[in-house]
Amino acid sequence: MKLSMTRRGRSGLALTASMIAVAAIALTGCSSSGSGDKADSGSGDGGGKSDQTITFIPKQLNNPYTDVVLGGGEKGAKAAGFKSSQVVGPLDASASSQVSFINAETQAGTNVIVIAANDPDAVCPSLKEARDGGAKIVAFDSDTNKDCRDIFVSQVVAKDVALIQLKLISEQIGGEGDIAILSATANATNQNEWIKYMEEELKSNPDYSKIKLVTKVYGDDDDTKSFQEAQGLMQAYPNLKGIISPTTVGIAATARYLSTSEYKGKVALTGLGLPNEMRPFVKDGTVTEFALWDPAQLGYVAAFAGMALDDGSITGKEGDTFKAGDLGERKVGADGLVIVGPPTVFNKDNIDDYDF
Amino acid sequence: MTSTETSASLTIASTSKTLSGEPKGRTGIARWLLSRDAIMIGILLATILLFSLTIPRFASPVTVGFLLLDVIPVLLIAMPMTLIIITGEIDLSVASIAGLTSASLGVMWAAGFDMGTAIAISIGIGIVAGAFNGFLVSVVGLPSLAVTIGTLALFRGLALVVIGDNAVANFPPEFTAFFTSKIGSTGIPTVMIGVLLIVVIFGMLLHFTPFGRGLYAMGYSKEAARFVGIDIVKSKFWLYVASGGVSALAGIYWTLRYSSARSDNASGLELTVVAAVLLGGVSIFGGKGSIPGVFAGVLLIGTINYALRLGRVSDVVLIIVTGTLLIVSVITPSIGAAFKRWAHDRRIRKELPEPSGSGTPGV
Repeated sequence: MKLSMTRRGRSGLALTASMIAVAAIALTGCSSSGSGDKADSGSGDGGGKSDQTITFIPKQLNNPYTDVVLGGGEKGAKAAGFKSSQVVGPLDASASSQVSFINAETQAGTNVIVIAANDPDAVCPSLKEARDGGAKIVAFDSDTNKDCRDIFVSQVVAKDVALIQLKLISEQIGGEGDIAILSATANATNQNEWIKYMEEELKSNPDYSKIKLVTKVYGDDDDTKSFQEAQGLMQAYPNLKGIISPTTVGIAATARYLSTSEYKGKVALTGLGLPNEMRPFVKDGTVTEFALWDPAQLGYVAAFAGMALDDGSITGKEGDTFKAGDLGERKVGADGLVIVGPPTVFNKDNIDDYDF
Repeated sequence: MTSTETSASLTIASTSKTLSGEPKGRTGIARWLLSRDAIMIGILLATILLFSLTIPRFASPVTVGFLLLDVIPVLLIAMPMTLIIITGEIDLSVASIAGLTSASLGVMWAAGFDMGTAIAISIGIGIVAGAFNGFLVSVVGLPSLAVTIGTLALFRGLALVVIGDNAVANFPPEFTAFFTSKIGSTGIPTVMIGVLLIVVIFGMLLHFTPFGRGLYAMGYSKEAARFVGIDIVKSKFWLYVASGGVSALAGIYWTLRYSSARSDNASGLELTVVAAVLLGGVSIFGGKGSIPGVFAGVLLIGTINYALRLGRVSDVVLIIVTGTLLIVSVITPSIGAAFKRWAHDRRIRKELPEPSGSGTPGV
């Protein structure tokens, strides 16, 4: 671009900027046909109308656990008979970051919104608007307030998740000593619920009377921050016997820190992790056992629940049942709760049987 | 303001006028049409038009509502930020002040305070936080970048102390409904009236008062500004106080719009604001910028964000687009200026083939 006059120089700014805008629009065009409509050929075994759309809004994009859940969700959406499924979501798991996505989806007229809430309250006003617009709301993984959604698909009974982690840590530290919790964000709905059950159980169960929870720290589901928090824990509490990390990002980062430190094999670590991420640490002895459910099933069931809500076969009241594809029948419990299945415990004997 | 001060700032005004009034070769309407502000507004309109044509459902009152609700916090904080950056300083603690305000409001509401009282105290907290920044920057004379990076962490930490890892959400529905309500069927949020009022106040302050012209003078040259009698310490102090107060308003808006008071509300917003302000044509070195330009810049970023989300474009693309836009907007004027200098030099060389040093040849 050869400029020979000041006038051209100035309009060059306008030109360049409008070119950017055009490029942005071009990108819009490209990616909406590229990534958005992956599940376009939707005529599986679901008997839905031909033009239903479903949108998944995870806590944040680019999170390995989320990717597995969404993979199951896409598969479920296809099988349930949705015409198309999209995934939209923020890059950071902050409370209000999901709101503008919900707004945009409301406007785009999607039939079902499946959301894992970063904050049970912040998403409520916008979800209400979406419902006023006729959308069905399925919460999964992390619940919203009860009156902002139709159904909550939970991996497992929250209390079971909490108890299995306590059981594992207790076994690994021999039933006594100081433990700490390294969680996700300070406001995460699901993590806080599990932590609450853990604290109650520690108080009430005589088997755990010698275990002391010394602190809770938050790695914000950010790899670096979790790693640093783990490091800080070991410095602040030299007598620490074990760490529970009820989040896949946290447990992987903590394991990475422990495996390269003097505490490897001395300080127990358990929690919820992805087998593929935890495999090296289980093999090298940093971690003995940890737990999780199959995250893909969570997305899968959520998609079928969305379809059942949308075609009117269920309303989300207690006692409703719907068929979740290959996984068979699922029942809606109190408060619109749907349970996917029990957690699995992974150790060096069985970890190679799983690939997620 | 005493009469001597007024005349001093008037002198400044006329001085800066001659500085900025370097002959640009065009006057009147043509010159305005080629000004940075006009170009920004033009780009904004072009973008809106393009999105309206290319993205289904974009051209509707619903968009107006959602889009404006999203940009209000940025727009609010961008106002004092513009003035601060024009004086050559920066305030990076704004988002943390908003978070601290949000946390305080939540705790007070949970403790049973009346909503009016809680809001008033929250604004007070924001003003005190701003005054603290202002004191360190203007009175003590520390570099604003260092101070506000420090207070960014400090205020966020205080927010955590205030509310911990809880969230307060049981705000009265009539309040939260008001904060998301729209004026009739236009889609314009009711809150926008107050926001526009603040924009107008800051616009008048910057462009039509001696105080505002003094800010430009400070941005050009601190020494010169001091020399002609502008009270730099006082001006900067009050700017930071205003910044704290407006950030508090943004925090209150945030809390009631999302009906959730948390310690991490508005985190990361300071960079969004600075980016929008720079895109709006304010120079990071101070001395240059305008409120209409910033207004257009904030709306441009907001529009692109919302349109791409409506088009279901991944956020990864979104941040690449906004980043590129910012870089281009910062680079283009410099290239333009460099080119102008080169053309000017060439012209001079053409007109004066033999540069005459002292005007007496043969010496």
